[in-house]
Amino acid sequence: REYNRSFKYATNAIKTSKYNFFTFLPLNLFEQFQRIANAYFLVLLVLQLIPEISSLSWFTTVVPLALVLTVTAAKDATDDIVMFLLQADLLLLSSSEPLNLVYIETAELDGETNLKVKQALPVTGDLGGDIEKLADFNGEVLCEPPNNRLDRFNGTLAFAGQKYPLDNEKILLRGCTLRNTDWCFGLVLFGGQETKLMQNSGKSIFKRTSIDRLMNVLVLCIFGFLVFMCTILAIGNYIWEVNNGSNFTVFLPRKDNAGFSAFLTFWSYIIILNTVVPISLYVSVEIIRLGNSFYIDWDRKMYYSHSDTPAEARTTTLNEELGQIKYVFSDKTGTLTQNIMIFNKCSINGKSYGELKHPVDFSFNALADPRFVFYDHALVEAVKLENPEVHAFFRLLALCHTVMAEEKKEGELLYQAQSPDEGALVTAARNFGFVFRSRTPDSISIVEMGNQRSYELLAILDFNNVRKRMSVIVRSPEGKLSLYCKGADTIIYERLHQSCSKLMDVTTEHLNEFAGEGLRTLALAYKDLDEEYFNQWRQRHHEASTSLEDKDSKLDELYEEIEKDLLLLGATAIEDKLQDGVPQTIEQLAKADIKIWVLTGDKQETAENIGYSCNLLREEMKDVFIVSGHSPEDVRQELRNAQNSMKPDGAPNSLLLPEEKSKNLIKDEEANGEYGLVINGHSLAYALESSMELEFLRTACLCKAVICCRVTPLQKAHVVELVKKYKKAVTLAIGDGANDVSMIKAAHIGVGISGQEGMQAVLSSDYSFAQFRFLQRLLLVHGRWSYLRMCKFLRYFFYKNFTFTFVHFWFAFFCGFSAQTVYDEWFITLYNLMYTALPVLGMSLFDQDVNDAWSFQHPQLYIPGQLSLYFSKTTFFKCAVHSWYCSLVLFFIPYAALQDTVRDDGKDVADYQSFALLTQTCLLFAVSIQLGLEMSYWTAVNTFFVLGSLAMYFAVTFTMYSNGTFLIVPSAFPFIGTARNSLNQPNVWLTIILTSILCVLPVVTCRFLLIQLCPTINDKVQETPGALKVLEWKRIHWLPNRNRSPYCRRHQRRNSPLRLALKMLKSRTLLCLKKKVIRKIP
Amino acid sequence: MGKTKDKSGPLARRPDNSAFKQQRLPAWSPVLTANTVLPFFYLLAVISMLLGVWLLLLVQSTQEIKLDYTDLGNCNECFDLRRNVSNAAQTCSCRVEFSIDKTFKGDVFFYYGLKNFHQNLRRYMDSRDDGQTVGWIKKLKNPSTYCEPFAKDEDGVPIAPCGAVANSMFNDSFTLTYHSSSGRRVPVPLLRKGLTWYTDKNVKFRNPRTDNLTLAQVFEGTRQPLYWQRPVYSLDPHDPNNNGFINEDLIVWMREAAFPNFKKLYGILNRADANFEKGLPRGNYSIDISYNFPVQHFLPIAYLVTSSLILLMAVVLTVAWWKFGKDGKNMKE
Repeated sequence: REYNRSFKYATNAIKTSKYNFFTFLPLNLFEQFQRIANAYFLVLLVLQLIPEISSLSWFTTVVPLALVLTVTAAKDATDDIVMFLLQADLLLLSSSEPLNLVYIETAELDGETNLKVKQALPVTGDLGGDIEKLADFNGEVLCEPPNNRLDRFNGTLAFAGQKYPLDNEKILLRGCTLRNTDWCFGLVLFGGQETKLMQNSGKSIFKRTSIDRLMNVLVLCIFGFLVFMCTILAIGNYIWEVNNGSNFTVFLPRKDNAGFSAFLTFWSYIIILNTVVPISLYVSVEIIRLGNSFYIDWDRKMYYSHSDTPAEARTTTLNEELGQIKYVFSDKTGTLTQNIMIFNKCSINGKSYGELKHPVDFSFNALADPRFVFYDHALVEAVKLENPEVHAFFRLLALCHTVMAEEKKEGELLYQAQSPDEGALVTAARNFGFVFRSRTPDSISIVEMGNQRSYELLAILDFNNVRKRMSVIVRSPEGKLSLYCKGADTIIYERLHQSCSKLMDVTTEHLNEFAGEGLRTLALAYKDLDEEYFNQWRQRHHEASTSLEDKDSKLDELYEEIEKDLLLLGATAIEDKLQDGVPQTIEQLAKADIKIWVLTGDKQETAENIGYSCNLLREEMKDVFIVSGHSPEDVRQELRNAQNSMKPDGAPNSLLLPEEKSKNLIKDEEANGEYGLVINGHSLAYALESSMELEFLRTACLCKAVICCRVTPLQKAHVVELVKKYKKAVTLAIGDGANDVSMIKAAHIGVGISGQEGMQAVLSSDYSFAQFRFLQRLLLVHGRWSYLRMCKFLRYFFYKNFTFTFVHFWFAFFCGFSAQTVYDEWFITLYNLMYTALPVLGMSLFDQDVNDAWSFQHPQLYIPGQLSLYFSKTTFFKCAVHSWYCSLVLFFIPYAALQDTVRDDGKDVADYQSFALLTQTCLLFAVSIQLGLEMSYWTAVNTFFVLGSLAMYFAVTFTMYSNGTFLIVPSAFPFIGTARNSLNQPNVWLTIILTSILCVLPVVTCRFLLIQLCPTINDKVQETPGALKVLEWKRIHWLPNRNRSPYCRRHQRRNSPLRLALKMLKSRTLLCLKKKVIRKIP
Repeated sequence: MGKTKDKSGPLARRPDNSAFKQQRLPAWSPVLTANTVLPFFYLLAVISMLLGVWLLLLVQSTQEIKLDYTDLGNCNECFDLRRNVSNAAQTCSCRVEFSIDKTFKGDVFFYYGLKNFHQNLRRYMDSRDDGQTVGWIKKLKNPSTYCEPFAKDEDGVPIAPCGAVANSMFNDSFTLTYHSSSGRRVPVPLLRKGLTWYTDKNVKFRNPRTDNLTLAQVFEGTRQPLYWQRPVYSLDPHDPNNNGFINEDLIVWMREAAFPNFKKLYGILNRADANFEKGLPRGNYSIDISYNFPVQHFLPIAYLVTSSLILLMAVVLTVAWWKFGKDGKNMKE
């Protein structure tokens, strides 16, 4: 991009980085202290600086706080550096290319790598590269305020008394790259935060996991409990001061009365007991999530070599939620299917072409694409016979599209299509002798049966998801004006002239046949235009496109007006093959009790058929309900009927969970068998109305599989929102196209398939990979492990800190509630940072209860995650009770063991310092052994961390208690010699062993009893004899099989006499066998 | 990660096939099964039992006699006198008589003990200056503020050693006398040295460097703690090397007790004396106390209790396993 610095806007400074070198430290610190947790620790630090309160030295808080702040600051700094440098959204003025064209690539914006063309207004294009003129350019741009829509721009340019419409075609967005263009000049429209790129990135909603939310609740509870403990201790202090303290004032005079002393004690204990919510918790959680995200990026089994695409965790904060998914919402095209479109069949003027015969020889056409295969000779014959309808059909395909052609060498055409459907259609036209060669903004050149012809392009009536059609208006070299339109059959049918009603009937039959085979269909129509009418329409079109308000609806109205009374030409059928491993993946996910809803824009028949071929709907299902009512009453009745047959005992009085009525949650119900539901787009619109949504949700949730067809992108998001709103379940949406973006953003977790349709879905997703089948690895392996690890981590982390802290509480009763700590201050500082950090991190990064092959072998292992069994309020409470018990052992055993004891040489060992050392050593052993019990996957790294941390403890302790450190700063290291003088006593070691045994004994007993009495699915899997270990990954992983036929044809499923026999048939191969059998039945 | 790999070609972005990245690190996966848990429990029970018995025997072989002299003999008079701090300067002595039935064989240690004396109060424990007692001249005259209100006296003269701990030092003294059967009174020789940890005596507590000055001269400009009867440089009139900060009674006292009831070493029977070569013989004794101010059974019993607990658990687990887990019917899906 060339940016002209003499331009008058160039001096506007735009800053997109948040900090500079000098402001970084203060600004960043300020931001960090706004986080509630960090602010809390700052308050603690201030408390510690008050001598009357300070029960711990300042370094016990400063060291961890500094560490956390440094880590976060480093992260923020790198984030800031990565941000883009100066860039802006430009209005294109002129360029080096003829006709002021500019070729750009928008990979950074939407990930699409095909070339796009932008063209400047002719009036500005005349300025050329003349800097003088450009600087004098005096136009006024009126445009919409900054927004995040990448595909739309609305504005006008007033220049020299004229008004010119500005649309997206003239805008260069920040983030796109110039290709094949030497230079261009532009006018800055939006800069900095106002650019569309920034508006887009800023708008993304911050997703949090359910564990995050639970953790926040728990942290609040813990704070409450902390205050409670401190209050008790403060009261204790008051009583002690009144009863005993007065006797002791001889030795320790005090200035304040008992009440004030109790008040100070309260704050002192807040400082000591604050370790129940250690600052390292949040940091550790982030590290674990980051680590588990890297595993996803690194996984070779989620790497698709065909397109060289590894899986990518775009969000690093949601991992454990992947292990709790209950509902999967999937797009169909490009997600379940390959989105490689092949022109397979067509119907022209009531005649269907494309039944399997021999491949057609396209040698008559020099420009044919050699990869294109068609199986019906009749069509070529029809083309050669110059059948006018057939010619019109292919002419339409060659003209009505937005494909770009690249012709590097004469005759070697390369099409750049935004959607694969279009590419397939244009390629088909090319092979049948209507070769699209090149386009300019106002002309299209095609080679018709060997003759070069240029059509004047007068208007493009663009495609969008609401219109579901596109048209072009062209003038042929002979001067004939025509409108060519292609689009969804239902839409086109509404706009046809009555004269073709007979043709409509035949074509409808063909369309249904195509759809029944799972093909994607489009209808084609055309109309000749009257010159006079068109000129008048064109004038209005210009007015509408220059108007600022309501431009879109005005244009829509105009389009609507001209696209009517069309004449039907025929229909196309495009095949989209199912991706490898889709049926197996769906079956696995179903076994893991994950409900799959497919939301597709296809026709009901197409969708249903694909439902069967990808194992979503199964022959052994009791029934598949089809809801396609056209009025609210019909839809309600259909839903009711379905409910009644699934749960004959009638609807419950209330759909809502009684205990959580305030939150409006629907309870989970079990149907009396497996059912499927197919609902049509127009029915879905009624079903999603607030009066019926609960009815719909209940029906849908009773079914094993749900397919919604003919849905709009907005409806996709609505369905996801509906489930999110009424179900206490985690949802995942997976899709590949721009129409899935809303759904991906709405769901708890969005997964993007990086396929043929650009990168918009991927860019708004949390995880992305290339093939649908990787979803099962993402959920059943990575998700499950992440969830398990996070839960284990939280359980253990709370356990170790509670145990650590509660010991202080017991000691308070023996030290006159004076806020004396049990442990050495250095131990308090380093406990979370050094002695216990790495082992638990190691566990949370490496632990696996069973390996990946087993996770696939037993998809049921996934179910505990959906029910949040591994970490909930109950488990947290259990942790707390366990810690309470351990702290009792850890305080009273050393107390009783040291009380009244002396060393074997008669010297002191019951002193405070020895007691502190003994208790902290006992604690460290107890929590390390407990970790060993939690860990089910001991790698060398884990072993090293656990043993290393213990060794580190002794090394650090002996160093801190050594003569050298004491002599440097006597007041900071008063524990000199304690380790040497007490750890050589057998009594001390016997006490350590005893506490370890007593801490671990109940845990082992309980676990063993539970395994014996009511084993969980995990126990069962782990307990199964080692035979399964031989099981090869390959057996569950499918090798690509490209030869099979894409879809199995199904007609008259319900009446099929073979249905019973087929119930036993399951796998893909058998399904295809079925296809052959069914075909014989007329 | 940030490192760019110079891979190229069709598989340029393929992740490395390392065991770490693919989460295939070799590992040991222990599972709690009957085969491991039950034998472990029985073994642990036996070991604990043996340890408990051994410890018990060890404990049985030691003897102990405890005397609470608060109200014994004429000591109650002293107790009453000392209740008032203002009488700290007056001397008071009393005598307690007792007898032992069996000879105390081997080493005999003589302790004093205090009840409900909180040496573990936070403010009390903090009220000391390790910099002063390690012999830093600078700190000697300028004690840390932690010692307040025992850092300086009313006249601003620094106190050595400063702080509440030193100030409240236990300074009763004891003289043990053996009444032999012949009626002869033999003073029992008590060693008043070797009472402290080596590190305390040689590293943590040092006198300020004397440089040919006497100890008294070094401490000039400081005063003794308020409750003390003698200055720190003349705590032990018998042994000039046991004075100043390295006085063993001071060091013993300065090692604060963890709990409010504690005992501290006062002396060790000097077995070099012919009468006490074998220990403390049975007979009558008396202690003369200049009134200025037990071996425990926990561990062996704890081990025995734990052992029976483990055994009980082991039996319960065995039964549970036998009835439910053995045939694996619960394990079937």
